[in-house]
Amino acid sequence: MASSELHFGVAIDGAGYHPAAWRASGVEPAALFTVGPYLAAAGLAESAKLDFVTLDDSLGVQPGESSVVRGRLDALLTLAALGPVTHSIGLVPTVTTTHIEPFHVSTAVATLDHVSRGRAGVLAVPSRTEAEVRHFGRRTLPSASEARVENTEVIDVVTRLWDSWEDDAIVRDEPTGRFIDRDKLHYVDFEGTFFSVKGPSITPRPPQGHPVVATYGEDHDLLIEGKTLAIVSVLLGETEQHALDRRRQLDSLYGNEFRPPGRDFVGTPAALAAALRVWSTGVDGFLIRPAVLPDDLELFANETVPELRRAGLIREDYTGTTLREHLGLAKPANQYQGV
Amino acid sequence: MPKQIKLAAHFPGVNNTTVWSDPRSGSQIDFASFEHMARTAERGKFDFIFLAEGLRLREHAGKILDSDVVGRPNTTTVLAALSAVTSRLGLAGTLSSTFNEPYEVARQVSTLDHLSGGRAAWNVVTSPDAFTGQNFRRGGFLKREDRYQRAEEFLTTVRELWDSWAPDAFVGDKKQGVFVREVGRFVHSGPQFDIEGEFTLPRTPQGQPIVIQAGDSDEGREFAAKSADVIFSRHGTLEDGQAFFTDVKRRLAAYGRSYEDLLIMPAATFVLGDTEEEAHEYAREIRYQQVRPATAIQFLEQVWRRDLSEYDADGPLPEVDPDPDAEPLTWGRVQHDKDNLETARKWRALAEEKKLSIRELVIEATTRQQFIGTPQQVAHTVNDYVQSDAADGFVLVPHLTPGGLDEFADKVVPHLQELGVFRADYTGNTLREHLFSQ
Repeated sequence: MASSELHFGVAIDGAGYHPAAWRASGVEPAALFTVGPYLAAAGLAESAKLDFVTLDDSLGVQPGESSVVRGRLDALLTLAALGPVTHSIGLVPTVTTTHIEPFHVSTAVATLDHVSRGRAGVLAVPSRTEAEVRHFGRRTLPSASEARVENTEVIDVVTRLWDSWEDDAIVRDEPTGRFIDRDKLHYVDFEGTFFSVKGPSITPRPPQGHPVVATYGEDHDLLIEGKTLAIVSVLLGETEQHALDRRRQLDSLYGNEFRPPGRDFVGTPAALAAALRVWSTGVDGFLIRPAVLPDDLELFANETVPELRRAGLIREDYTGTTLREHLGLAKPANQYQGV
Repeated sequence: MPKQIKLAAHFPGVNNTTVWSDPRSGSQIDFASFEHMARTAERGKFDFIFLAEGLRLREHAGKILDSDVVGRPNTTTVLAALSAVTSRLGLAGTLSSTFNEPYEVARQVSTLDHLSGGRAAWNVVTSPDAFTGQNFRRGGFLKREDRYQRAEEFLTTVRELWDSWAPDAFVGDKKQGVFVREVGRFVHSGPQFDIEGEFTLPRTPQGQPIVIQAGDSDEGREFAAKSADVIFSRHGTLEDGQAFFTDVKRRLAAYGRSYEDLLIMPAATFVLGDTEEEAHEYAREIRYQQVRPATAIQFLEQVWRRDLSEYDADGPLPEVDPDPDAEPLTWGRVQHDKDNLETARKWRALAEEKKLSIRELVIEATTRQQFIGTPQQVAHTVNDYVQSDAADGFVLVPHLTPGGLDEFADKVVPHLQELGVFRADYTGNTLREHLFSQ
């Protein structure tokens, strides 16, 4: 891979990042509770040969008035439903780590990797809302630092559980009557500050060894195993004026000006390509948050991506089949192998 | 019109019923296996496919059990993926009420119902604490007798969440800018759960996903009669099935439910042949593949709670009696035998009467409902069970992954259709319609 090539993910949340997106989108609002729009968006990202899509989640309802999208499907299950009907695109759901059992997180993400044949990732996010605490009712709100430490512990034990089966643990050895070689299965015996887990996993090691683990950085970026992807909210138009008009329309439908946090781009697809080129210094790529789905993703995929490709900033085609391969990440060694 | 038969397919799991030594046996993990079996079940117009759940690997004598199929993927994740490659088949999965919380189960099963257009079912089970709990934050925390109480309150709470959005809560009016009139609010305060807030999803295409309950105990039967749409059971004979059927259906009235509101679907295996003799010969071979010498000794050790590894599986039962005070040797498998001395006594009597070796005894003692014969014979037998009220239908457990259901779908189902006791095609789109609208 040429060092100038960048990695790209797309957030396919709801109808887009703008609170009024659902009113401007061609997608039927009720369809947001079906697989349809997510499959269509992932298909667009895949046709542009992007690395992955993300889908946001929490264990509560999005805040806001009745005028915004409230309610959503479980992100991991929604992306699992895309697994068998997409081919190359990476699938990265948000999974909250504060209230869900780490054992369930590990098997669910490993299974997403199995059903997508090596295209799973997970965006591990602690939850720090009172609402979520009340939905579970058996712990108090963790402090920011506690939640961060717990998130790190969850990622640690989840990774251990993925490694708790060696890749070749299933032997089906008829003469000795052994389905597995139990010496290739390992107890993780994890004792942390917040929980302990015995192991091994019930799910064999996923195809990628470790599905790709991402976390949010502090500066509106996504941290993926040593790589940093800047998060960029994009609202596009055939002309700059058209883009500005679209934003005005969305703001007027919403009744307020809405400005996304972090990098906020409004303009033409070509200007976005130029801006990304400028912003690419010091980052390994971008997570694109379209203002309206599928509109802004279509413009991005059909017009910005070809520009980036001409500039040598995005690869011509997939060169591998797994998300790790898309991101240029090696399959990790098993921490228990040979132990 | 004769009773219409319900059919479900169990994806072969991690017990010794699943034969892995057969050359036709494939991966129990690869999604292609799940897809193959689900497509077969849908081709056969089955009501649903069913996946069990694993939360801890089985151990025997302090070691991970290595003689059976070991390892499985996460249940709801596989079912969500299956929703993409099927269009009518019901998708049922077990989720423990012991090591999950109502909010997360409610949103997972609700999501599955939305993603599949109304085909989701949840099998509510309880898990043994201490051993399984070592994999969970909650650890071992409930007395055995409290597990059903938690399960009941768990189900009640989940249903409160499913029902929390008013039927017309979702509006989606782009012109007026009203996405949702009001999201569902819930307050549940009970001995097990004290929670409140807003639920994440509107009512599902089925209104409520289907609820399945497994278990033969008195508490289990009562729980199912009160709350479930389907009950799984395991019965060896027609008479046992009829007794269970009568008992469970009798309990429905106390909860204001009618006879048709709860379907009884025992698990059953099947073996087909071109002739009856061929089928029986094949069935015998399969049982010997399922109960290998080491497996036979393990079964005996489960009851005896002693190391019996020095005994010959092809020889007679040990002279020594079970150790009633010992810890169980096997963990992670449902312990059916409460009184191991009594079980050993029965097994010894059976072995003496029929002159059985250890392996033969285990085969005899652990054989459950099996349908053996030509496709036509099996169709007739299945139908006899249903028409004589030993069951409303069956959960078929093939012994091969993933092709074990193919013959049943292709050869037995047509006979059932000819008999007019099984649908020629789906008449509805949701699992609830498959199960309850005739």
